[in-house]
Amino acid sequence: MKTSSNQNSRGLQAEFAPGLHRYALFTALCTFLLLVAGALVTSNDAGLSVPTWPLAWGSVTPPMVGGIVYEWSHRVIAASVGFLTIILATWLWMAEKRPWMRWLGLAALGAVIAQGILGGLTVRMFQPPAVSAAHATLAQLFFSTVVAIAFFTSFWWQSNIPELEDSRTPHSRSLAIWTVAAVFLQLILGAAFRHKAFGIIPHLVGAVIVTILVFMTAGALKRRFSNVQPLRKCARFLHILIGMQLLLGASAWWSRIYAAPFPQPIAIMVTLTVVHTVTGALLLATTLITTLVSYRMLRPQALAGSTSASELVAQ
Amino acid sequence: MKKSKWGMYSLAIGAFALAITGCGGKKEESTESPAPANAPAGKTVDPATAGEVSGSVKLDGTPPKPRPINMAAEPACSKGRTTPATTEEVVTGDGGALANVVVYVKSGLDGYSFPAPTTPVKFDQQGCQYHPHVAGVQVGQPIQVVNDDQTTHNIHPIPKENREWNESQPPGAAPIEKNFAREEIAIPVKCNVHPWMKAYMAVVGHPYFQVTEKDGKFNLKNLPPGTYTLVAWHELYGPSEQTVTVGPKETKNVNFTFKPAPAAGD
Repeated sequence: MKTSSNQNSRGLQAEFAPGLHRYALFTALCTFLLLVAGALVTSNDAGLSVPTWPLAWGSVTPPMVGGIVYEWSHRVIAASVGFLTIILATWLWMAEKRPWMRWLGLAALGAVIAQGILGGLTVRMFQPPAVSAAHATLAQLFFSTVVAIAFFTSFWWQSNIPELEDSRTPHSRSLAIWTVAAVFLQLILGAAFRHKAFGIIPHLVGAVIVTILVFMTAGALKRRFSNVQPLRKCARFLHILIGMQLLLGASAWWSRIYAAPFPQPIAIMVTLTVVHTVTGALLLATTLITTLVSYRMLRPQALAGSTSASELVAQ
Repeated sequence: MKKSKWGMYSLAIGAFALAITGCGGKKEESTESPAPANAPAGKTVDPATAGEVSGSVKLDGTPPKPRPINMAAEPACSKGRTTPATTEEVVTGDGGALANVVVYVKSGLDGYSFPAPTTPVKFDQQGCQYHPHVAGVQVGQPIQVVNDDQTTHNIHPIPKENREWNESQPPGAAPIEKNFAREEIAIPVKCNVHPWMKAYMAVVGHPYFQVTEKDGKFNLKNLPPGTYTLVAWHELYGPSEQTVTVGPKETKNVNFTFKPAPAAGD
């Protein structure tokens, strides 16, 4: 396996393993597809179309009709992601020299196992709102964990990255961490609303707070580090995703009201609610990446050996 | 090595957790012992003095138009249907007669006991709709769920007072027999395979109830003399109550009228 070894400015020794990184990316992509599949189950009200768990009436091939198509497909993709995660965790444990990465792999494995258990409980307990909301929330957390693993195994993360001074307040790193926390809480509120734990108001209030924080973070990165490509990219993606998510949120809400008199879920409502849900996951992943990049590149005050943004551009 | 030991422990805990939730898979209990219908070993109705209450239920106004149901995704549902499927929330007959209303005695039968009938109430799935749309059944009385379609359904009542259950029924499967142990008017029923399928089961603790047909009429016979609270319940318009006093061998007429605006809550 082709690897490269780097000693970066923090003195960390790491080995870039392209195979492991590509595999982690593939697992993250499959996890995203699993999020789509899960959102389709909820939006199509198909959550209990297979009332037995883990098998479908003792079989792995139920009749694929109606809501069973969504429910069973979700379980098959989930099992596949489970296996991919077992391989990822094992590979990290055996190949990674960074101890915290090995434990992160195990954490991902624990999360996907817990997800499976929560999924089973939602079926066996007839979808109690708290369990369903926990299942939806852990899904997002697991996705973020796998995305983080892919990021930590990237060449960029393990390469020699000069640190930059961030002397303004609030510090970009602090803004980023507050934003990712707010986005995560907003996802919990969204999941609780979607699974009928409580109404829309908390999620709307959360949307306002998240929007403010995302704009503050993206704006700070853009103003302070406009010539630093990774930070500029993070700011751009944050702007794009928050704009999309606000539009999607309004559209999804409208579609739910429009679809209410219909006897079954209609395509426009299903599409908008699913896209809104998975865009929320992308926003969480993006704010997480932004936080990691900020912590990797920025220091709140000047340290010996750190570089200003203009010096970096001149190099 | 230390790291391998912790890794193995984590995997073992995960596998154990999977095992305890994966094992079993036994079905939910299909029947429960019914709660006593009324007071223990109570009075029985004397046919020599029993009266009756009859009447009708009407909708005063224009009913909402039934919406068409799109069954294109499931060809087995459209097969055999002679008419397009529509929603059944509000079904009216001539002169505004309102169907699918559960008319029942809410109070006034204290001291009487009524054994649960053994004849099952049939609940059919045909053309991917439930028949009847609103079923009335006594506490402890068996409900026989039948699938006459060439596709798999599931029957999922969502009660508040009774035990919830959710069972699948493939085509050609044997009838499913269940009963409910507590009075509840009314339990929504849905099919998670076909989300447009909705119905209600009204579980009453005595035999004095009826679900109206398209003529909107009801007739509660063999009622002992007394003063009763009579309720007419509709899935969209909610409950409406009236008090009626029935003397020995007396027939009383009670009519209910609903307005098209939905009630504030059931």
